[in-house]
Amino acid sequence: MQQVFTKAMARNIFLGGAAFFLIIYLVLTYDTWQQIPVRDHADKMTPAVVAGRYLVDTNDCVGCHTINGEGAYFAPELDNVYKRRGAAFIKAWIRSQPTGVAGRRQMPHFNFSGQQLNDIVAYLKWLSNVDTNNWPPNIQG
Amino acid sequence: MKYESQRVAKPYFIAALALFAGQIVFGLIAGFQYLDGTFLFPEIPFDVAHMSHTNLLIVWLLMAFMGAAYYIVPEEAQTELYSPKLALITFWVFLGAAVLTLFGYLFVPYSQLAAMTGDKLLPTMGRGYLEQPLPVKIGIVLVALSLLFNITMTLLKGRKTSLNLILIGALWGLALLFLPAFYFPIDTVKASYSWWWIVHGWVEGDWELILGALLGFILIKMTGVDREIVEKWLYVIIAMTLVTGIIGIGHHYYFIGAPRYWIWLGSIFSALEPIPFILLIAFAFKMLLRRRREHPNKAAMLWAMGTPIVAFLGAGLWGFMITLAPVQNYVHGTNLTAAHGHLAFFGAYAMVSLAIISYAMPLLRGREANSAAAQRWEMSGFWIMVISMIGITLALTGAGIVTAFLQRMGAHPLGFMQVQSKERVFFWLREFCGLCFFGGLVVYLRSFFMSGEYEYSDEAIRALAS
Repeated sequence: MQQVFTKAMARNIFLGGAAFFLIIYLVLTYDTWQQIPVRDHADKMTPAVVAGRYLVDTNDCVGCHTINGEGAYFAPELDNVYKRRGAAFIKAWIRSQPTGVAGRRQMPHFNFSGQQLNDIVAYLKWLSNVDTNNWPPNIQG
Repeated sequence: MKYESQRVAKPYFIAALALFAGQIVFGLIAGFQYLDGTFLFPEIPFDVAHMSHTNLLIVWLLMAFMGAAYYIVPEEAQTELYSPKLALITFWVFLGAAVLTLFGYLFVPYSQLAAMTGDKLLPTMGRGYLEQPLPVKIGIVLVALSLLFNITMTLLKGRKTSLNLILIGALWGLALLFLPAFYFPIDTVKASYSWWWIVHGWVEGDWELILGALLGFILIKMTGVDREIVEKWLYVIIAMTLVTGIIGIGHHYYFIGAPRYWIWLGSIFSALEPIPFILLIAFAFKMLLRRRREHPNKAAMLWAMGTPIVAFLGAGLWGFMITLAPVQNYVHGTNLTAAHGHLAFFGAYAMVSLAIISYAMPLLRGREANSAAAQRWEMSGFWIMVISMIGITLALTGAGIVTAFLQRMGAHPLGFMQVQSKERVFFWLREFCGLCFFGGLVVYLRSFFMSGEYEYSDEAIRALAS
């Protein structure tokens, strides 16, 4: 009997399958793009929020922490830290680092100005209001 | 080795192994900081050790993939490489940029590095795996373009096998998928959504094509099985990769702010993502059983057979464990993800790189295979590293499960650090297995420093002659 399933057929399944699902993904992405600004209240991204996010990026916060579960698993989740700790605690905490307690995980000292701390808090506050399908499951992050 | 220009692969493979060793050292440092947070602080804070660990991983895998491409493409195309000189220049540029970047991480505070390198012009820094400063990212694109130009020109003047088309197509895909690294929307949710184009697109999509092509090449060479059969299998495997993997990206979108429908789409399609890995195992073992020759490089065969199995465990099994939305709700962003990441990266991409190095390096050094003694060292290294990595995976799995139960569930969940302190036994175990892994790496590297080639027994020589 001749080969019923040839290499050409396998190749066509590969090319066709990849193209088909890529198109579906692009359509879904277009829809997601329309929904994201509503779900994350993009209209509330003030200049302070944007400045805060830039500080979070350029100080590699996700090198230890997670934001919405993404990052490193060395330090607590930041998505809901605003709700867990509040603005005053966050600012005081960042200012007092590192603790220097023997053996305890250390966070570097970043020399943020008062304005920069306010920006970071503004960003974390904005972050805590993103609709993440009720994640994290509780306040502990 | 059939073509002189394949030699340019050698420095790539050597540098890949050196960077691999560096990756493990930073892994050990970061792992120990879980146990003693003041270790090397503030000289090397955890985030620096962590990004050095992950960036070295990416760089050494890219080195190995590029070396593999420079080795495989001419042989498949049955012609010399278009420009060996360009390949060598590219090597030094890439290695130089990698070392410079590492020094930047180690000696300059990250925010200062961002300021020095013009991150303000086009912000790209501060995302996992993509921590590199802007000039380095541009350099990566140039290195990729140089590689693509070189191997595509080689392909055009030579034989166009399906395997070569898959490999070169996948390398084009790799480069294209890196471009979103320059797109960092100010909206965190969009940034996260597009970050996965690169990370998921590479490790759960495009790189699986490279994995298939490298494994296919090794199996054609070592088993003597007809290439038509190998290439047909490859197309089926990579078809399943993209059919399941493209929408499977949805398993990263459950809890980042993307719409709810991703919970269903991501769960269904990502649950199917182990299929290509199961096929890969079936493929490798079927080719082994159908082999028409006994290749003397037993160590390379061990790597080639081990790759699909460990890849299935890490990417398939551990990936499946955490992929369904109701489960991920409790384990997202815990060490269970790290457990999966370690075994999947090692099993799929590190091991296939070591497989092609194991196959090609003896040939690049002018022998069909290493001496039996050298191969024993290499195979010992294989077993120590594989078992140690499974140990690391189990330890991180234990830690992740504790977090899920104590921090994510119940009426009185505990705080992050309180839970971490209850996981110390697992972090010790992880560090111990990490040290064993390093030992395995030393044993493995030792095999490269043993001279002599494989000697056939008198019986085998008589059989070959007849």
